[in-house]
Amino acid sequence: MESPKGRTIAEKILGAHADRELEAGEFAIVSVDQLLGTDGSAPMAIDLFASIGFEAVFDASRIAFSCDHYAPASSARIAALHEKMRSFAEARGITLFRVGEGIGHQRMIEDGRVRPGMIVAGADSHCVTYGALNAFGIGIGASDLAAAMATGKLWLKVPHTLRIILQGRLRPPAQAKDIILELLRRLRADGADYLALEFSGDGAASLSVEERIVIANMATEAGAKAALFAVDQATRTFLRNLGISDCAPVAPDAQARYIESLTIDLAEITARLALPHQVDSVVPLGEAAGRPVDMVFIGTCTGGRASDIRAALAVIREAGGIAPGVELVITPASRAELELLIKDGSLAELTALGAVLTTPGCGACCGTSGAIPRDGATVISTGNRNFKGRMGAPTAEIFLASPAACGAAAATGRITNPKVIAS
Amino acid sequence: MSLRLSLKGRARVFGDDINTDYIISSRRKRDARDEKEMARFLFEDIDPAIAASLKADDIVVAGKNFGCGSAMEVAVTVPRAAGIRAVVAKSFARTFYRNAINNGLLPVIADTSGIREGERIEIAMTEGSTVLVLGNGARRITAQGVPAELASIFVEGGLVPYLAKYRGFAAIG
Repeated sequence: MESPKGRTIAEKILGAHADRELEAGEFAIVSVDQLLGTDGSAPMAIDLFASIGFEAVFDASRIAFSCDHYAPASSARIAALHEKMRSFAEARGITLFRVGEGIGHQRMIEDGRVRPGMIVAGADSHCVTYGALNAFGIGIGASDLAAAMATGKLWLKVPHTLRIILQGRLRPPAQAKDIILELLRRLRADGADYLALEFSGDGAASLSVEERIVIANMATEAGAKAALFAVDQATRTFLRNLGISDCAPVAPDAQARYIESLTIDLAEITARLALPHQVDSVVPLGEAAGRPVDMVFIGTCTGGRASDIRAALAVIREAGGIAPGVELVITPASRAELELLIKDGSLAELTALGAVLTTPGCGACCGTSGAIPRDGATVISTGNRNFKGRMGAPTAEIFLASPAACGAAAATGRITNPKVIAS
Repeated sequence: MSLRLSLKGRARVFGDDINTDYIISSRRKRDARDEKEMARFLFEDIDPAIAASLKADDIVVAGKNFGCGSAMEVAVTVPRAAGIRAVVAKSFARTFYRNAINNGLLPVIADTSGIREGERIEIAMTEGSTVLVLGNGARRITAQGVPAELASIFVEGGLVPYLAKYRGFAAIG
């Protein structure tokens, strides 16, 4: 039904979950379709759920917990938190993604829990990832998660929408990561605060679902509440491969009102780099080229899929291996992604080259598990945050870049434009 | 519903884009047992000396985008455990803002550029208006307090006590 006023994807999805028409700026109580709690938030939410005093969760089939931030458990205390999640989940029939299964966001998608038109909320800021599949993915806190587990509902303010028009075609070796870094440079760390992003244009349509995931995932670094792509043939094929054939896409009305529109020409995107210690401190990669690196990290919900790891490997292979003295850490986003690398021989090749493989999960991204850099180390990562201390070492310097650029750094021991190796 | 309250304290001034890892590091969340213990490490990646100098009733004053980064709720509950009851900032990251409301930590939006470290500050909320009173009362800054739609959650001390009392969301929206 076309509203005479014209509504954005965000207004339409939220309205459908509030049983009334909603427009930007209104407060609303909405029902949620799926919920995620991680080992960084679920243990607290379990305690808060007990404090609310509801006997049962609203619908166990709509809740999942993931053991990903601490995978494997980094101490006996953390192991006890995992056990707390397991026993709470098992008693109620809640799905638990155990240690080794991967990052919750990746597992939510693989498990078919994220579908177009849904509200998928989770106590983790990177829930915006689900917008790649046309779902209103939103990061919430542990109290919100406890409340939603009890009631199936969430309070929120309907966001205004910023339209991002992607034009043209990305030219290799530029990757989706370079697009989102460029967008962060333009928006800055608060440029999408309280806003939903809505991506459109022929450039958006040309991107694979995995590339859309990379872009939606890091929209939270500009403060975005959701980052929504439309459904097209690529989305349908992706969902069909997960066994999902019914799909209710939500498109914006022709007269939808946007707070602003911003256009990015993908053909002009080149290798980008976020400098320590701010995600929005983005420059062309060449500005830091030549700087020696100690650790290269390929992983996270942004850049840890098999396609990312293969992209890095392709550059390393081309250049003839890993530079002496560089620690290359590979943390696949999930077991399924790891199995893809086993199947095509990439994993054997990487380990033979000297790469360090760690358990699928969040790994070194936030210093909670995995390979912690030394103080003062220079790290280049496919991840999403480079705050001071982020990876567990207070004075490590973290650069964020594409998988290809991380591969180039691993191969040369220095920040290097992957274009140099590709040519 | 609108709120009436008055909070007085000492301004502790921070800059722009203070992310949740700078408020309390993810690695402390890994190691510490509870929020009181974690409170010893508040703001350590900005300056390790800040935590020991914090006093109950201190009011955090910041620039834009306070609480960006992770949605982790300890970024709100650890300052609460240290006795901090309010944060005044030019703007908040949305996840921090909702966690603050959900835990009874008062988020106030105001132009904080003229507020100095250590200055006495009062947050005065009356029917429909919020104002910051600085120093001896000579300077007053208009501010945005808690929206009426969220006041009922805030006055109960947060979302969990609110739901424990009302058993649902019926009273707002």
